[in-house]
Formats: sequence, structure tokens, C-alpha cells
Amino acid sequence: MLRTLFERIGLIAGGFPGGIHPEQSKLTADMPIRDCPLPPVVIMAVKQHIGEECTPLVEVGQKVLRGQKVARAQGYVSAPVHAPTSGKVIKIEEHPVPHPSGLGRLSIFIEPDGKDAWDRSLEPWPDYRQRDVGELRERVRICGLAGLGGAVFPTFIKLVRDQKHPIHTVILNGIECEPYLTNDHRLMLEQAEQIVSGLDVLMYMTGARHGVIAVEDNKLDAAERMHEAASRLGTAVSVHVLPTRYPQGGEKQLIQAITGREIPAGKLPMHIGILCQNVGTTKAVHDAVLLGRPLTERVVTVTGDAVPNPGNMNVRLGTPMRFVYAQHGLETFDGLHLIHGGPLMGERLPNVDVPVAKSTNGMLAFTTDVMVEAHRRPDPCIRCGHCVEVCPARLVPNELASLCRQDQFDKSQDYGLFDCIECGCCSYVCPSNIPLVQYFRYAKGEVGKINRERIFADLSRQRSQARDERIAREKAERAAKRARVKEDVSESDGGPSSP
Amino acid sequence: MNMLISSPHLHSGDSVRATMITVMLALTPAVIVSVYLFGWLAVLLIVSSIVCCMVLEWISLRMMGRSAAAIGDGSAALTGLFLALTLPATTPWWMVLIGCFMAIVLAKQIYGGLGYNLFNPALAARVVLLISFPLQMTTWIIPMHAGNPVINLYSLQDCAQVFFFGIKSLGHSIDAVSMASALGYVKTEWTRGIAVTDALRGYGYNYLDAFLGREAGSLGETSALALLLGGIYLLARHTVTWHIPFSYLGTVALLAAIFSTINPGRFAPPMFHLMAGGLMLCAFFMATDPVSSPVTPAGRLVFGTGCGILTWTIRTFGGYPEGAMFSVILMNCAVPLIDHYFRPRVYGQGLPK
Repeated sequence: MLRTLFERIGLIAGGFPGGIHPEQSKLTADMPIRDCPLPPVVIMAVKQHIGEECTPLVEVGQKVLRGQKVARAQGYVSAPVHAPTSGKVIKIEEHPVPHPSGLGRLSIFIEPDGKDAWDRSLEPWPDYRQRDVGELRERVRICGLAGLGGAVFPTFIKLVRDQKHPIHTVILNGIECEPYLTNDHRLMLEQAEQIVSGLDVLMYMTGARHGVIAVEDNKLDAAERMHEAASRLGTAVSVHVLPTRYPQGGEKQLIQAITGREIPAGKLPMHIGILCQNVGTTKAVHDAVLLGRPLTERVVTVTGDAVPNPGNMNVRLGTPMRFVYAQHGLETFDGLHLIHGGPLMGERLPNVDVPVAKSTNGMLAFTTDVMVEAHRRPDPCIRCGHCVEVCPARLVPNELASLCRQDQFDKSQDYGLFDCIECGCCSYVCPSNIPLVQYFRYAKGEVGKINRERIFADLSRQRSQARDERIAREKAERAAKRARVKEDVSESDGGPSSP
Repeated sequence: MNMLISSPHLHSGDSVRATMITVMLALTPAVIVSVYLFGWLAVLLIVSSIVCCMVLEWISLRMMGRSAAAIGDGSAALTGLFLALTLPATTPWWMVLIGCFMAIVLAKQIYGGLGYNLFNPALAARVVLLISFPLQMTTWIIPMHAGNPVINLYSLQDCAQVFFFGIKSLGHSIDAVSMASALGYVKTEWTRGIAVTDALRGYGYNYLDAFLGREAGSLGETSALALLLGGIYLLARHTVTWHIPFSYLGTVALLAAIFSTINPGRFAPPMFHLMAGGLMLCAFFMATDPVSSPVTPAGRLVFGTGCGILTWTIRTFGGYPEGAMFSVILMNCAVPLIDHYFRPRVYGQGLPK
């Protein structure tokens, strides 16, 4: 209480700077995770992570087992895709994915056969501590793991043993600071043992000596449960309860809240000896290593004032969202606002026929009542500075936004455009309701476009330069040749003068 | 219906209008004190100033082809209230009109309207009035409770006559009803070679009266207590941060404490400075005007400290007895520069690699 007060008046820096205290609205905190029934069809997009798209490995008509790889990773930053249940591939074509653009992506449609038979080609490794670290990393890679907190960065990439940057601490992110979402909360309550096993795998793989399980004080039951479960790992693992504040679950913010350290610009957590993983991902690491099961399902919070029976559900990847909403009593979507992810960082759903993906931590449905403030027309900026106070990246959002609005992209980068984590605190508190984050996203996109154009222009210039040089060289060579011939001729004409 | 594409999809519910209303609520104690001290004169000034500012805002918005609905944000009404609170009780109607025009049209709308003004509109107007009409703007009427000998301030008829036709229309000279402010008295006495300590004694200065507001001054500036209450409310509601009021008042108090300790005959003590003139109003309400003050915490500390140094300097060495509003206006000019140089260090930047 006193601490929050001090934080509010800015006397002490509580962990990380800025942040907000939105209404929690965790309607589903007491709802146990239910299993979602198998839908009539599952739709697996070939890209559900950050990085390169995968290539389909199966053909139409082919029978697949649950956990069978159906699309192969391409490039380094990529994660393969597996059949979420057993059945038959019925078609492979573009289908919309959960992205506000509503654009499609190549997807593999599988008709479940109802047997839900596992592909058992991956051997369970309960004796993982006897395994080679490289072997384990390969297991995590081929099981298609990506950060389930919502960012979906391929997990294996972070699991490196680098002599120059040894990892000393693994931080498990059980913060779940987004309002409404409770999937991590329930997972910690119901599957604490598996999460702790996953943590042990991660600690073994990275060679970390400490494990920290970070939980906010709005879910003390989960903290207690994790504490119990972690006791078997002894003193190496501790549970940290942090005062609830958004966006504490951001990787940079969480590391700062726990260690007091910032990650230097352009560096990664591993450069300061830290690995940070979401609790859901850690549970998936347990499944992949100890059980030999690739990523085929995840826990999703289905909630919002428009959902008649909100709850947490264990959903197969690829299940159409319409089917999942229907399990919670929501069948008509007219005039509703559907959001993929949390209300503060999630994206608007283009339609309800998109499938659940690896990044789907929440599916929200709001009536206009909840959104009325967010949809108010913007007023001019009155420079109140609230955005500056709440920005966890310590930016000056109001000035940055005005630079972005004037398309001053170079200057906006000097003002830290790319240090913005898009947490939305600035927009949330803005009394003028200015869509600051929207300006930053726009500017980032434009800068990316300009850079691509610049690269293209550079290439074209290099090509044309090379061509000019070649022509000049050829011309020079021809001239030299001519001169030589001429010389030869004149020499033969004049004859050798010397004896 | 899906207007909002980008996250966040929730909003705190805060609004410009709510901010303005909070500030007006915070000014309520000062308004009550002003009505207690100056009766109907206070009511007439406050109402006319608010109405006039709103009408001018409406006209400006219409002339610029903007939505006149913006009048509902409350910023013009607040400017009107601010302006009235900085005026002496005997300000005539036409001076109110000029002040409102200065505030709304010249200091605010010409710059681009809400959010774009360089100066605090009410203070800019007050400074223009002070420089243009120095006599009227430094004539302090004896408050009601102190036994004003000639005008019954609680009579609407008398007050309306003073407001529209001046004190002379009641058959009195201004000198019969006015008294010097403590700041003005000390300054005049000092120019006559009388030490500050003696001047305060001669004035009959009393800290309790100054704190409660039983003294001469502009409508809303007299009671340090009322302004302090409002200021605490603003801090508690998080409408303003502590940086500007604390650094402003702290700097004035510190300078006064140092110099009055060295030479009490020449320099007034800190408590006198804190409770005199428009300092409290400026520190909590004028210097913290969001539009014309810096946005970063460090910038706000610099801004407040600058205001404090200027206020104390003008009061002690300047030609005018009071320097609070001049210093805020001067520091307003420095805001773009302060905002540029006192940005916080961005996360992860400037660390050893």
C-alpha cells in the first residue's frame, strides 16, 4: 500500500519505471481449465511464430497422427508445425490467420478421425539430465516450441550455452499482467509440477544456477502452489511475488523488476546472463522433453462482457475460433469487438473463422460498453505528461507521436521510436485519447518500408555501377588491345631500331 | 463499428474535461474565500470573466471553422476562473473584457488553440493588464471582514455600481477604501530606507492572517490555506505531479532562508515569501498548467526551480513588488528548450556494452 503510494508519487522506482494499474477484470481466475472438444476441422497455418514460414510436408488425402510434423521449418528463426490431432489432410490452401489485416496464409486443413492417436516417434526422456544439451535443444526445436506468452519467438534459439555469456538465472514469467487473461494463472495452479520440471530442463540446458518464478500479487494462490512444487528443486529455485503492475510481464520489465538491470540497447537478456521464459512455454518444454510430445495445444482464456460463460480452455492449435467461442455460449458476433490476446496488447480479430494459433493466449469479446472510452474521438494533446510518467521505456510519447505524425522518421528514431515496446500505457492514460501506439506502429512500418527501399535502391545502384564499370573496363581493354595492335603494326613498320 | 484497429483496446476513462473539472474543484476553497472577503465583487468578477472567456472561445472556434463543441472541454471556463482570481476586487468590467480577450484570443487561439499555447493564457492576460493599467491592478480594496469603511461588499447593488461605474460613482475616492499589500508595502518602505523587519512591524504583518487570507490582495491569492488545500487535492488526484510546486516553493523558501539569515534587515523571511502575493496560486495552479509547462519529471524540476529563482529575484530586486506571474511567463518561454534537453534516459540506452 505504502509502496504503491510512493511509486505513484515517484519517490521510489519500484522495479521498472512507469506502468499502469488497469482494472484487473480477471473474471475467469477461478475457472479450471477445461478441454475443448475436437472441432470438425483443424486449420494449421504454416507460420505461427516470429520468423520464416514453414513448408508443408504432407499431401492432400494423407493420413496424419497427432504430433506428426506437417510443415518443416525453413531457415534458422523458424518453428515446425505439427498435426494437432490424428486425421486426414483434406486441403492445403490460403486461409485467414489471427492478424488484423485479415490476410490469408497457406494452411493445412485436417479432418480429425476422432481417435486422437499420437505419433510416438519421439521417445520420452524422463532422464533428460543424462542427455546431451545439444540433443535437448534439437528436441525443443523439432517440437515447434515458440514463446506462448504471445510473442511466439522460437524457443530453442534462446536456449544457448555461450561461453562468453553464461546464463546464471532462468526467470519464469508467470506475471500475466494483461487484464482479463488467466490462462497462465490457471496453468500454474493446475500444472505446477510440469512447469517446475520444465524449469529444471531449462536450468540444465543453460547451466543456470538460479531459477526465479515471478508471479504478481494478484494471484498469491498460484505463487503458493509454485512454491510448493518448486521445493523439490531445493534452494536453487525461488518464487518472487511482485506488486501487480502492467506491463510487468514484458521481458525487459520483468528482468528489471527482479534484477534491477536493464538490457543494453541492441543486446539480448542472455548478454546479462538471463533467460526468460513464459510458464506456458516452460510447460511445453516439459511435454516435449519428458513426454516426447510436440506442441499441439495451448490454454486460452475466453472472456469479455459479451461471453456468456467465460472460462479457460485447453484448445488444440488450429481449432476455428468460432468453435471455441461457441463452447462458451457465444454464437452471434454482430456489433461485438473481438480481440486476439489481451485487451492492452492484443489485436483486433478480422473474423471468427480464423484458427487458434500458438500465440493465442486470449480470445476476448466485448460489447460497445467496455470500448466506449477507447473509441472516444481524440482531443488535442494538452501536454499533461501522463504518458511520460507511465512509459516503461522512458520515452516522451507525446513528442514522439507528433514527430511520427509529421513523418519525421529520422528524428523519431533519435527519440527512441524502436525502443517503444507498444505496451499501450501511454494511450491508456491519455486524457485526450490520442492513439499514440497507433502512430508508433505506423512510423515503425514506414521506417521499415524506407529501409527496404533503401536496400533495394542500394542494390540497383551497385548493379548499375558494376555495369558501368564493366562497360568502362571492356572499353579500356578494347582500347588497350587496339593500341597494342597499332603498336605492333608501327613496330613492324619501323623495324627494330636497336641492334 | 471497428474504428479502433490498434491496441490498447481499453482506456482509463480520463479526459480533458475531467482534468479541467478537477482543477476547478481544487479552486473551490479559494473561490469561497474570495467571496467571503470581497462579497459580490468577487461573484461579479468571476462570473463575468468565465462567461466572457467562453463566449470569446466560441467565437474564435467558429471563426477558425472548428467544431464549437470544444467549448465543452472546460478549458476556456477554467482560464476565465483563473483570470478572475488574479484580479483585484475593484477591477472594472472593461478591464475584464480586455483580459479575457488577451487570454483566449491572443494567448491561446492565435497560437492554435488548446494544447498549442506557449504561455499560460490567464497569466499572460494578467501580465498585460498589470503593465497596461498598473494603478488599477495594484489597488487593493479593504476586505469586508477588516471593516471596509464605505462600501458594503455584501450589497449587490453597491458592488454592481463599483463594477460598472467605478468607486467614484459611489462618491468616494479610491484611497478611502484601499490598502497596500504586504509585498508592496515592504518594497515601498525599503525604497525609503526602512528595513524589512521594521516595515513588516509597521504593516502589522501577522502570519496567521496571511495564511488564512485575511489580507489585501487579488481575489484568489490571499489565502495560502485555501490554495494549499486545492493543491493537495490536485496532487492526490494525480492531476499535477509534485515536481513543479515543490521545486518552485522550495527554491523560494531556500533562497529567502539563506538571505534573510545573512541580512534580516534587507531580505524578507521565507514564510513571508511563501504566503505573500500570488506565489501559492502560481506554484500549484499556474506553473503546473500542463500545456505551458514541461512534460518530463526532470524538466519540471528545472522549470519549478527557475520560477523560484525568478520570483524571489524580482520580488527582492525588481521594480515590481510581485514577481510570481512574471517568472512563470518567462519560464514558459523556456519550456521547449527544457523539454528538449531534459528528456529521460531511454531504457537500455547509454549503458556499458
